[in-house]
Amino acid sequence: MSRIDLLFVSLVAATVLTWLVGVESSASHTVAGVAVLAIGFIKLRLVGIHFMELGNAPVVLRSIFEAYAAVAFLVLTVLYIGV
Amino acid sequence: MTVQLDAPRAPVSGGPRQRHLPGEEGLWVFILGDLLMFGVFFGVLVVSRAKDVVVFAEAQAHLHVELGLLNTVFLLTGSWFVARGMQALKARSPRRTAWFVAALGTALAFATVKVLEYSLLISEGQTPADNDFFMYYFVFTGIHLAHLVIGAVFLTILVTIARRPQLTKGRFRLAECGAVYWHMVDMLWLVLFPLLYVVR
Repeated sequence: MSRIDLLFVSLVAATVLTWLVGVESSASHTVAGVAVLAIGFIKLRLVGIHFMELGNAPVVLRSIFEAYAAVAFLVLTVLYIGV
Repeated sequence: MTVQLDAPRAPVSGGPRQRHLPGEEGLWVFILGDLLMFGVFFGVLVVSRAKDVVVFAEAQAHLHVELGLLNTVFLLTGSWFVARGMQALKARSPRRTAWFVAALGTALAFATVKVLEYSLLISEGQTPADNDFFMYYFVFTGIHLAHLVIGAVFLTILVTIARRPQLTKGRFRLAECGAVYWHMVDMLWLVLFPLLYVVR
């Protein structure tokens, strides 16, 4: 199985995990919500780095993308938990 | 005449890493702008939910989560097909066209499920005029669907390029633009889906 195939299987597994954590689990809405957001942004980053080939892109572009994923996740999490 | 591709190469042991910009600079300006725009959409959703948690939770309960989940799998599968297609295109594999045709199939499947979902919701009495949740749901997923339609056009171009016997540098660059755009459509959904369907 190639790296791309393995990544695809992992992304689908993460999607199932989103379902289990966000819909089926009995965890508090806040904990489940932050976990689901984290899974979503990890998937976004993996698609960007591997499928979009940003992992091998010029450092500036890769850095902008990494910063976007990290800042967007942090801002949304702060807004969500209402700090 | 087929030209040598400006494709990424494995780093030479001990040497500097060969970096490669997939697609065109102009496309990346558009993509980063789109990511920012959707970032604002995501923030609007979270802030609006915090202002009216009960209305949002009641409205969200009407969504068909299993259809959203199915569409997530369709988009991930489409991205995988495109990534494999780009590998096949670089290697001039005879299967290169099939990967992009399959990706086009996932785009069609996503759009079909989305239209079915809209029809179900509207037939059940849920419309954009009902509350803020459904207004955002229809507007944001509608904008995403428009992106998907543009992505399907790019996939059609990818199929056309893959079918050509020769791959010029210009065609390869265009193929990269199409692939990058398609992956962006996938990425946006990967956050939109949990925010709309799952986060409570």
